[in-house]
Amino acid sequence: MKKGFSAIAFARGLAGVVVLLVVWEGFARSGMYSTAMTPPIESVARTAWRMLADGSLVENALATLLRVFIGLAISFAIAVPLGVLMARYWVAERIFQPVLSVLLPIPSLAWVPLFVLWFGIGNIATILVVIYAAFFPMVYSVWTGVRAVNPLWLRAATVMGADEAMLFRKVIWPGSLPYVINGLRLSFGRAWIGVIGGELLASPQLGLGEIIFNAKEFLEAGVMLSTLVGIGAIGVLFERFVFQAIESVTVRRWGMDSGSSA
Amino acid sequence: MRRALSIGLPLATFAAIAAAWEILAVYGGFPPKLVPGLGVIVETFFRLAGNGILLAATVATLYRLVAGFLFAAMIGVVVGIAMGRRQWIEDTLLPLVTFFYPIPGLAYAPLFVLWFGLGDFPTILLVGISSCFTVIINTWKGVKTVKPVWLRSAQVMGAQDRQMFWRVVVPGALPYILVGLRLGLAQAWRLLIAVEMLMSVQRGLGWLIFGAQTFLNTDVMLASIATIGMIGILLERQLFTRIERLTVVRWGMVTA
Repeated sequence: MKKGFSAIAFARGLAGVVVLLVVWEGFARSGMYSTAMTPPIESVARTAWRMLADGSLVENALATLLRVFIGLAISFAIAVPLGVLMARYWVAERIFQPVLSVLLPIPSLAWVPLFVLWFGIGNIATILVVIYAAFFPMVYSVWTGVRAVNPLWLRAATVMGADEAMLFRKVIWPGSLPYVINGLRLSFGRAWIGVIGGELLASPQLGLGEIIFNAKEFLEAGVMLSTLVGIGAIGVLFERFVFQAIESVTVRRWGMDSGSSA
Repeated sequence: MRRALSIGLPLATFAAIAAAWEILAVYGGFPPKLVPGLGVIVETFFRLAGNGILLAATVATLYRLVAGFLFAAMIGVVVGIAMGRRQWIEDTLLPLVTFFYPIPGLAYAPLFVLWFGLGDFPTILLVGISSCFTVIINTWKGVKTVKPVWLRSAQVMGAQDRQMFWRVVVPGALPYILVGLRLGLAQAWRLLIAVEMLMSVQRGLGWLIFGAQTFLNTDVMLASIATIGMIGILLERQLFTRIERLTVVRWGMVTA
């Protein structure tokens, strides 16, 4: 599906972006709203540059990312063993699967006010939201992935004398990795939305969501727009580079990317 | 034995969770306002259900969901098909769509409050805009994957443009369009609950949770969360499974 670089496609894409910017600029300068609310591009760019130069954007983005990583790590520490257990042992599946399917349809952000009530505003409530948001894609991916491991491989390894630990390390884990990585990707997407929401609602110190929330109080639309672009850029960065890199050094090198096996 | 276990084990799990909660509530030493007993939660749920508060909140939330989702579905399907059918539209819009797609809709909420004030209109608009990208991307992919052989054979058999569109392109892309709509609705639903908390709408399930926080009504929050979960299950299991069964499954394009 991927074509090579095409000059005409690039020109058209550029034209789309330019049209959007021109429409925005016209709107901003028309005086329909005050320029504090719809700042012209030049002033947004200046704000973005200031936030980059004084390090506040980087500092807040790091705070947000730190929350995401802590949340993801805790989430995986629970989800991976649980998913494996559920896929390998029928009793575990019957115990946990109904609980998961009751909790799954509840949006993670619905819990924020409750978490705030129990744990106060700040980091704990925000990280709990990340854990909750990231948990379900991960546990379902691991569960599916382990079940999708070719039974023939399992039997072959058992016949050749692999014990349960070795079976897991050498067959089940690599066999289900395409699914696990896909789960990681979905989890990051969910966690990224969850952390912004958590920061908006549970107001911890620092964080991209926190900048946006505070900027509203001072009518700083330029700050909000710059932060929005930063949020989008970090999301794309992880999706495009980090996860594709992880995929290419693991599953694609082993010749089993999820495109062909799933 | 296996059948008895398959019913008994989940029941035992829920019983264990309920018991653990009750012990925590009674002997945990937490204030009962923060950790109410099960009896209180169930009672609150039925009280709220009985006096119509839950119903009014649910209706208000569903109204916003339907309005926002219809917006997303219309824009998404039209733009997605246009992108799939015309190369210049794809070239022009794809960079913008890929840029806006990964920005969490919730991050726009304070900006929308600034621009449009509080209430229903910005809530619906935000939910609609931010869930339309999922529909666009899936519809576009769907149109792209319509088999060229189908297009050419329809053309050879003398199909007009309009016939070609309604008889070949749309049904051919429908499995993807339905996936896009399903994902879009799920996204709209998750987003809406959170946006209601930030937009201080008149009524609604998200607002009910957020408002209860102020008065330390943990029981009201848990009752609302339970309602949200139930509606989520209904939306996912009932609505889309039915639509799929009536269309793409019946046409033999995907297996149920």
